Amino acid sequence: MSKVLITIDGKGFLADSEKTVLEVARENHIYIPTLCNLEGIKPQGSCRICTCMIDGRMMTACTTPVNNGMVVVTKTDELDKLRSKIVELLFAEGNHFCPACERSGNCELQALAYLYKIMVPEFDYIFPNRDVDATHPKLILDHNRCILCKRCIRRKKEAENPTWFVFENRGNHVKINFDHELTADMDDEMAQKAMDTCPVGAIIRKEKGYDVPIGRRKYDLHPIGSDIEGKE
Amino acid sequence: MSKPIVATTSLAGCFGCHMSLLDIDERILDLFDLVEFNKSPIDDIKTFTKECDIGIIEGGCCNSENVHVLQEFRKHCKTLVVIGECAIMGGLPAMRNNVAPISECLEEAYLNCVSVQANEEKIIPNDDELPMILDKVYPCHEVVKIDYFIPGCAPRADLIWNALVALVTGNEMELPYEVLKYD
Ligand code: SF4
Ligand code: SF4
Repeated sequence: MSKVLITIDGKGFLADSEKTVLEVARENHIYIPTLCNLEGIKPQGSCRICTCMIDGRMMTACTTPVNNGMVVVTKTDELDKLRSKIVELLFAEGNHFCPACERSGNCELQALAYLYKIMVPEFDYIFPNRDVDATHPKLILDHNRCILCKRCIRRKKEAENPTWFVFENRGNHVKINFDHELTADMDDEMAQKAMDTCPVGAIIRKEKGYDVPIGRRKYDLHPIGSDIEGKE
Repeated sequence: MSKPIVATTSLAGCFGCHMSLLDIDERILDLFDLVEFNKSPIDDIKTFTKECDIGIIEGGCCNSENVHVLQEFRKHCKTLVVIGECAIMGGLPAMRNNVAPISECLEEAYLNCVSVQANEEKIIPNDDELPMILDKVYPCHEVVKIDYFIPGCAPRADLIWNALVALVTGNEMELPYEVLKYD
């Protein structure tokens, strides 16, 4: 693997040429916010939260491979504003009733909203008509909270297992669904794995939830990314 | 200088945000030193008797009375602050927004629900004296202009306190990470 020299936020780093900007930043304890990205699955760059200035252009860090001499800026007021607007759009576009959500306090979308100190989305709430599928013995699928990041679908594909989750419909009507036959004998561990793959509360384990008290959940006291940023 | 005058109300909320306001503990004494209350459940003044500087609103708009009160607040308060998820995005009452048309919600509540036992004449309340239920629950800022938003369910007492202090002193609001939460 050959090495390249890249500059991130003014500091030079030697990086494997096969890595992406996001991976190199993470290795070097620089936090770039992500949402549709999950370590271990192929990035698709759809949520655009990880947009950085790369060689003077706005590009997604999760899909851009590093290059010799590349200059990356991960944080500017403009970038943060764009990122926060994406989060606001996602809140306005779904039905996110955080106070009644099992995922609250452990949700990546909500954690990003806290990071950007969003008091209210700039956009009008759509209140789309979406349903909740609770027919599966182990899982609940709450379409109200799904941000269509495709993490659930992509993870299984990568692991070369049969895909549990699929997209159905097109465009505006697209929603996730899953194979009830394939997942009929899903155990608790597999159900937990499916839930953990989802960044939000769209895939929820049945008969589980609200088991960590407020104040002790993942993002109650520590902002998202604080386990990466500045840690040596 | 005379003290700033504050009014508060709860629309389609549960009074949890007002409870959270009381949760500022002994700072409530400082608050009474800092401001004067007008229309508010805190002093039980029912109608505006003065023009106010700060109006604090809990809850969204689910009926015509909520809309009326909210418009009165906009008329009589220089600055309007909404507190809590219900005021900001409709909150739990707004869970009906995407589920069923209002007629179905009323039928479920008064006719079909398993716990309905005593409504033999199948009456859905519809008296002129009662406020009209709106087709949806609306966030306050979709009804009148709102100046500031304080999220939480209920907003942490410290967040409400910091907001009030900032408004009264004119300084920028302190916003530590752990006090800004949506639940
Ligand atoms: S999925 Fe996240 S943002 Fe959506 S309601 Fe649940 S906690 Fe809130
Ligand atoms: S269910 Fe979760 S992981 Fe799957 S697309 Fe929706 S938000 Fe993404």
